[in-house]
Amino acid sequence: MNANDGEAAVSVRSLAKRYGDVQAVRDVSLEVRGGEIFGILGANGSGKTTTIEILQGLRKPDGGELRVLGLDPQTQRDQLRHRIGSQLQESALPDRLRVWEALDLFGALSPRSRDWAELVREWGLEGKERAAFGNLSGGQRQRLFVALALVNEPEIVFLDEMTTGLDPAGRHAAWDLVRDVRRRGTTVVLVTHFMDEAEELCDRIAVFRRGEVAAIDSPAGLVQRYVNSSTVRFTYEGGDTISLDGCPGLRELRREGTQFTVSGEGPLLAHVASRLAQAAVYPADLRVERATLEQAYLQMAGEVDA
Amino acid sequence: MKALRKLTWVEMKLFFREPLALIIAFAFPFFMFFVLVGVFGNEAESDPEDIEVWRGGGPADYYVSTYVGLVMAAAGLVTLPLRIADYRERGVLRRYRAAGVSAPVMLGSQVLVAAGMSVIAAVGIVVLSTTLYDTVLPESWPLVIAGAVIGLLTFAAFGVLLGAIAPSVRAAQGLGFSLFFVMLMISGSGPPREVLTSSMRAFSNILPLTHVNLVLQDAWLGFGWNWVAAAVAAGFFAASVVLSLRFFRWE
Repeated sequence: MNANDGEAAVSVRSLAKRYGDVQAVRDVSLEVRGGEIFGILGANGSGKTTTIEILQGLRKPDGGELRVLGLDPQTQRDQLRHRIGSQLQESALPDRLRVWEALDLFGALSPRSRDWAELVREWGLEGKERAAFGNLSGGQRQRLFVALALVNEPEIVFLDEMTTGLDPAGRHAAWDLVRDVRRRGTTVVLVTHFMDEAEELCDRIAVFRRGEVAAIDSPAGLVQRYVNSSTVRFTYEGGDTISLDGCPGLRELRREGTQFTVSGEGPLLAHVASRLAQAAVYPADLRVERATLEQAYLQMAGEVDA
Repeated sequence: MKALRKLTWVEMKLFFREPLALIIAFAFPFFMFFVLVGVFGNEAESDPEDIEVWRGGGPADYYVSTYVGLVMAAAGLVTLPLRIADYRERGVLRRYRAAGVSAPVMLGSQVLVAAGMSVIAAVGIVVLSTTLYDTVLPESWPLVIAGAVIGLLTFAAFGVLLGAIAPSVRAAQGLGFSLFFVMLMISGSGPPREVLTSSMRAFSNILPLTHVNLVLQDAWLGFGWNWVAAAVAAGFFAASVVLSLRFFRWE
């Protein structure tokens, strides 16, 4: 079966997992479509890693139904493991193992494998082939782990905090490579802490909260759903105060020195502009701040804690 | 099978890059052996008491078989548990497991490397001691080889067990080295068993190396197959396998 035939690559229903007294995963249901980049966002301890480790057959669930590429990760792990790629959050290789040996070994463990030299090139490890794992920098290790996750040409790859430890250039390079991976038809499940990464890469995102799925939507959908306020900013150097009273959707107008911040709802920028024009005020930097996934995420977090 | 072959090959290369592992497997037993033989020489004794102590041969003849046993103990008590505990603590086992390495392949590759190194070290001891001190070769090769197989299996299983139950690298190190030095001193590779006090000898009887050494030494010096010692060693092997399967953890 091919994951791209409209079939769900991953389907999870009512997954639960407890470690001693801690209910790590309470009730998780989600579906990952073949060929998409699916993000999992959430605070530390919200059950993200546990969930994807269960999906990879590395942990035993306490309850729930799950299928990965149509297989049960618990009972059919042997069939499944060659078709999935794993980049684990906490793992390591022997210190004296060399980069090429690691790629060669992991390739040999699977019936299909990509040429390690090609992966070395793609993931920016040229010149490091003979370097020992123990001598790699954090970023190089991270890139090696992602390369190892892809060496068996998986149909679905699980990336757990893939860009942790990478510098900004490295993160952007990694994002491009993940898009390439998807272009080749691999489904990507991406656990991340970084909102920009999720917004940039993911087709859909599941936001985890205390072992449950708080929301699943596209990044834009989440923003639309959870951020209903917008912010307009401008600079005004004239001495007199500006009044926006009666401006539709207005919630608050704040002034700090010459900086004005307007928050409110609806098409705020247009209304503010029209008011300012009426008062013959034409700020050159009048702008609306785009609502980000981060705002949506914080909004969701706030809803719970409130 | 391909996975086992590949992993064993990689792990063997790693073994040779690890100075501590090499010192424990090769330098240390060789050093001990040549200090002891250098002190005691290899003259067959004439004093009846000494004849009994050295079991009828010279001191070097006495020690060569117990150092074949000791190199296996070094691999099983120090190298194997340290490696397994280190891999577990650092997440290497997790990584291997996620890549589809099964527990038998993982442990099998470690056991094969440890066994291979023990065989190389044992051959080294025998070749050097026969060349330098003209020590006797085994009375019965088949019995010595059978004894060596029992020794390898016993210490491989015992080493996996230590690695399985040690909660950390430090624990594995402490446990492994302690057991190794105790066995080194009273299981036949230090003072001969015959000069130990009765309580020391009683204690040495609960140690696996004592029995592996007895099987090897009896076969080597022409006392035949020591069924009791072989059965005790086999018991250690079986118990270690059962307990390892029970207690082995990937993380």
